[in-house]
Amino acid sequence: MSRDQLVVDKINAALPEAIEETLDFRGERTLFIKKDKIKAVCQLLRDDGELQYNFLSDIHADDMLPDFPRFAVNYQLYSIPNRHTLRLRVLVEDPDKGPETMGDVWAIATWLETEVWDLMGVRFQGNGSLRRLFMPEDWQGHPLRKDYPLGYEEVQFSFNWEAIGNRKPKPQD
Amino acid sequence: MISAGSDTIQELTVEELRAKMGTGMEIQDPEEHMLLSMGPQHPSTHGVLRLLVELDGETIVNLAPDIGFLHTGVEKTMESKTFTKALVLTDRMDYLSPWSNNLAYILAVEKLLGVEATPRAQAIRVILAELSRISSHLVWLGTHALDLAAMSVFLYCFREREYLLDIYEMVGGQRMMVSYFRPGGLWRDLPDEFEPAVRHFLDFFPARMADYEALLKNNPIWLRRTKGIGVISAEDAVSWGLTGGSLRGSGVNYDVRKAKPYSGYENYDFDVPLGQDGDVYSRYRVRIGEMWQSLRIIEQALDNLPDGPVNIDNRKIVPPPRSELGHSMEAVIHHFKLWTEGFDAPKGFVYQSVESPRGEISCYLRGDGGPKPARVHFRGPSFVNLASIANMAKGQFVADLVAIIGSLDIVLGEIDR
Repeated sequence: MSRDQLVVDKINAALPEAIEETLDFRGERTLFIKKDKIKAVCQLLRDDGELQYNFLSDIHADDMLPDFPRFAVNYQLYSIPNRHTLRLRVLVEDPDKGPETMGDVWAIATWLETEVWDLMGVRFQGNGSLRRLFMPEDWQGHPLRKDYPLGYEEVQFSFNWEAIGNRKPKPQD
Repeated sequence: MISAGSDTIQELTVEELRAKMGTGMEIQDPEEHMLLSMGPQHPSTHGVLRLLVELDGETIVNLAPDIGFLHTGVEKTMESKTFTKALVLTDRMDYLSPWSNNLAYILAVEKLLGVEATPRAQAIRVILAELSRISSHLVWLGTHALDLAAMSVFLYCFREREYLLDIYEMVGGQRMMVSYFRPGGLWRDLPDEFEPAVRHFLDFFPARMADYEALLKNNPIWLRRTKGIGVISAEDAVSWGLTGGSLRGSGVNYDVRKAKPYSGYENYDFDVPLGQDGDVYSRYRVRIGEMWQSLRIIEQALDNLPDGPVNIDNRKIVPPPRSELGHSMEAVIHHFKLWTEGFDAPKGFVYQSVESPRGEISCYLRGDGGPKPARVHFRGPSFVNLASIANMAKGQFVADLVAIIGSLDIVLGEIDR
């Protein structure tokens, strides 16, 4: 039995209905996981003796405007003992109610989730250290969202700050 | 806490200072302990890194990194460029090893398109990626030693790095921002002078390595500054997502070149150097070992360099050679279409990891059927490695913090992206 199938079987046995969909593209396996089950699935993947996904490579989010659900959060896992990669993908309808934090499963997750919140605005439940990492602390909006203007903006100076600010395109929530 | 204004000196409370700093760090004893802001303009932070350090005397109680000073929105900008044009932005993230960044991005694009580079292009990519590992490690060794007051190592390392930068210029026309790897192959084939130049490097470099070893390996000052400093256990290192020399210094055998081979790395015979103690000295030994292994890989790749074209035979991805533009109408059409519109990539997403000198750099790429990437994300090894710095530095002296930063080998351009 291939390891891809083993993962699916293990999750289905322990957490039925956690997997919404399985996708294979270019030799990479993606499991779409229900948002409220992601924490339990990650715990299982890390702690199960046969799976041991002990290395969290990355967490990153996708904005799929105009599709719905709009946001997706990806977890790139790797099992150092078994040399196997796996991607979990969680669809998020409301960015203020994102997935639970993985900070107590993999220590690095808190840091990666902070980046996702700063740039994409997906709020991870239970992560107490969400703050501006790259952007200035008083920044409005999340720049990697698709409705965030890319540039071509008029430069504001102190004498015309308000006039230009009023006609500037704003991100829509 | 005191901040100097134009004419008055203003007292800030610890709470105000913390709010201004934006690191969210817990301060354990605001009355007794000293808060030190280290950076952003500090040479041993290797860029524009600021560390908020809570000190009890000279001992670090807590610290938090404050980043973002170099944030240029690379990921957002790439969404507005075609797949080929977005390539040049990847050089500028990790400016010490642009080849690895190019490679991660290009391999992701090729994976999304479902094409594979020719054997000759793959071998050339391996040679250049390994040369960049050596040149990047030379900068790391030089600056790391300079931070710990070993001045001469720095001068020797930069002498050898200069030779490598000349080779890059010979190949790609640029010393640093090369953008030589292109979707489907390379910009052009190697010049004739390339092989003798690299052979010459392989001849003289082992003796230079012996010089660096003589200067540092058993140097008592170096040993006292690095042994037992900044220790991180293997279990913690994995949980904190460390990669590269920082992970292997703790004895965890994870190297992307072995774990998920790309560009034909499975055909080369090389070892993965491992440390045991997880301290600054172990990470130093691992990176020195990696330079020796890179020499082995380059030699094998040069000996077995395949002949043949460097670009795939797909004119919908690779622009036609200039020689055809004079007499072929189709070539002219493809030339203009590729440089103005670019090529369409299918819908879907891929994730490609590459072992850069600093660790695992990965590129997540989502295509939406158009000629521009819908989403690009880079997993920067420096960004992830920096997160565990508080773990390593707690309880150490503030002078050791400089050694720990150096041993993590961070590049701030890639952290902030």
